[in-house]
Amino acid sequence: MSKELIRLSDCVMKYDDEIILDHLNLYINDKEFLTLLGPSGCGKTTTLRIIGGFQTPTSGDVFFEGKRINQVPPYQRKINTVFQKYALFTHMNIYENVAFGLRIQKRPEDEIAKRVEEALELVNLPGYGKRSVDSLSGGQQQRVAIARAIVNRPQVLLLDEPLGALDLKLRKDMQVELKNIQREVGITFIYVTHDQEEALTMSDTVVVMDKGNIQQIGTPQDIYNEPKNAFVADFIGESNIIDGIMAEDKVVKLYGKKFPCLDAGFAPNESVDVVIRPEDIDIVPVEQGQLTGTVTEVTFKGMHYDIIVDFQGFKWLIQTTDFSPEGARIGVKIDPDGFHVMKKSKYSGKFGDYSSYSSEYDELNEDAEAEDEE
Amino acid sequence: MKSKAIAYPYVGWMALFVVAPILIITLYAFTSGDREFTLSNFQDMSQYASAFGRSFLLAAVATLICVLIGYPMAYFLARETGWIHRMATMLIMLPMWMNFLLRTYSWKFLLERNGLINSFFGLFGLGPFQMIDTHGAIVLGMVYNFLPYMVLPIFSVITKIDHKVIEAAQDLGANNLTVFRRVIFPLSLPGVLSGITMVFIPSVSTFAISRLLGGSKTLLLGNLIDMQIIGTAYNPHLGSAISLVMMVIVIICMAVMNHFGDGEQGVSL
Repeated sequence: MSKELIRLSDCVMKYDDEIILDHLNLYINDKEFLTLLGPSGCGKTTTLRIIGGFQTPTSGDVFFEGKRINQVPPYQRKINTVFQKYALFTHMNIYENVAFGLRIQKRPEDEIAKRVEEALELVNLPGYGKRSVDSLSGGQQQRVAIARAIVNRPQVLLLDEPLGALDLKLRKDMQVELKNIQREVGITFIYVTHDQEEALTMSDTVVVMDKGNIQQIGTPQDIYNEPKNAFVADFIGESNIIDGIMAEDKVVKLYGKKFPCLDAGFAPNESVDVVIRPEDIDIVPVEQGQLTGTVTEVTFKGMHYDIIVDFQGFKWLIQTTDFSPEGARIGVKIDPDGFHVMKKSKYSGKFGDYSSYSSEYDELNEDAEAEDEE
Repeated sequence: MKSKAIAYPYVGWMALFVVAPILIITLYAFTSGDREFTLSNFQDMSQYASAFGRSFLLAAVATLICVLIGYPMAYFLARETGWIHRMATMLIMLPMWMNFLLRTYSWKFLLERNGLINSFFGLFGLGPFQMIDTHGAIVLGMVYNFLPYMVLPIFSVITKIDHKVIEAAQDLGANNLTVFRRVIFPLSLPGVLSGITMVFIPSVSTFAISRLLGGSKTLLLGNLIDMQIIGTAYNPHLGSAISLVMMVIVIICMAVMNHFGDGEQGVSL
């Protein structure tokens, strides 16, 4: 399971003077579902294209099963790609699209027919062979793109934001389906996305990137529960990030008050970033609260309310199913496992304050990113 | 509904300048000088069978040469980016801004018995060669004049091919030759087809090129029609019949070709 398959060693990518990848080191295990996650321009797509052979790093090496493959062209790699906008061959029908790779390998006709039909079944499009590309919906075209790649039985499948063009409902279905396909064919998937939920849902390993650097590598649980710095904490889910001081092991000081927590290993009185997830905060009557604040904004989100609470000028986001009206004084209680303490980093102070919060913010952000990615 | 009203002037234009002339030609073709219905015009045409054959043959050769020169030209220019791309687009268009007759006349002076090319060969004691008034000169004139009409549609189709599709083919194991054969060429076929149409039709009906470069002996359909309608052999009824037959043959050629083009889609090797 954990055999190393691909290694990027000290990869640098530069366009003119712009550094896209900054001494990237990464290894990818056989049969794992690894996601490169980050905002647009973080270098995730470049990393994928280097693995696929469409770009050669300015310096550094790429290894596949221990062999250096920097100069190996894409068509000689045991790697296939599912492209962002499908890139299907519009002059061929679905069958010929899927059969493309097999025909190049000059497989016998009956084997091609069998494998194409198998691949189409795998992506839930049995019997679609005779259709034209244009007659399929976006989701179906995406499945064809997956079938076209998988039919060649590659060792690695690269997926470049394959669900980016689909609507939310379809995207969620496809997430589950992709994970099932990966289990079924038992090969390595390397997935690129800027959608943190997608990354958490599907991946064995998540690689969070920003500005050409890897910020954190870990399981989805690690990344969510133990973010390494403010960037990761903010990018993965919602986070309140507060300046704190580590008074001693398992005691953190916020707003001059001491709170019990589970983190240890910091220097006495080291200043730190403290992450508190909005769903880990309980609203209690004022007299029972560890902290008290004023509700400044309430947004109904369906499953919960997003409540913005002002604690001495710093605004927190709380997600709760209990309604509190705007202007109410409330108390909050946080269990020791609700705190996550991080060392200070260059990202400190840049994230985690909801003073400029607006309920549309996230969606706008996502749309803008989807466009940027082009 | 408003958009319909806007279309009326154009419908009127088409009726007046496209449909009406064709009807008149048809009428002329099937009547004699005294306005009687007759098929004799078509029977008379058999004497010009050689002109038909020659016209279609020369046009076909010119079109073929245009494809052979124009496709690689369009392909390599389309793959360039930046200033080369812009420059190429302009250079392809540039000859079209110059007068057609002027361009053809200049070839006449180049190819003449005492023309520039023969004078050049004369310096080495060669020639003079017979270049003007040959079929070769006519084909040369056609290729020279109509090549941009072949290059432009292919150029624009290839420019529009999504680079991701090419990467996808490479990713699936295709080397550069296979990418071209299985992806780029089939995708550029619509451009080739419209290029062929745009070169073949003016070539088959040209009379200026054949008159200037082909001399008096080489009679093409264009010259024949010219002669019948306004020229020495004045017989507009026969001229119309020839036009009509030529049009029908061209339409059949194009239909066959377009069918062949459609057939390419989705067919494996």
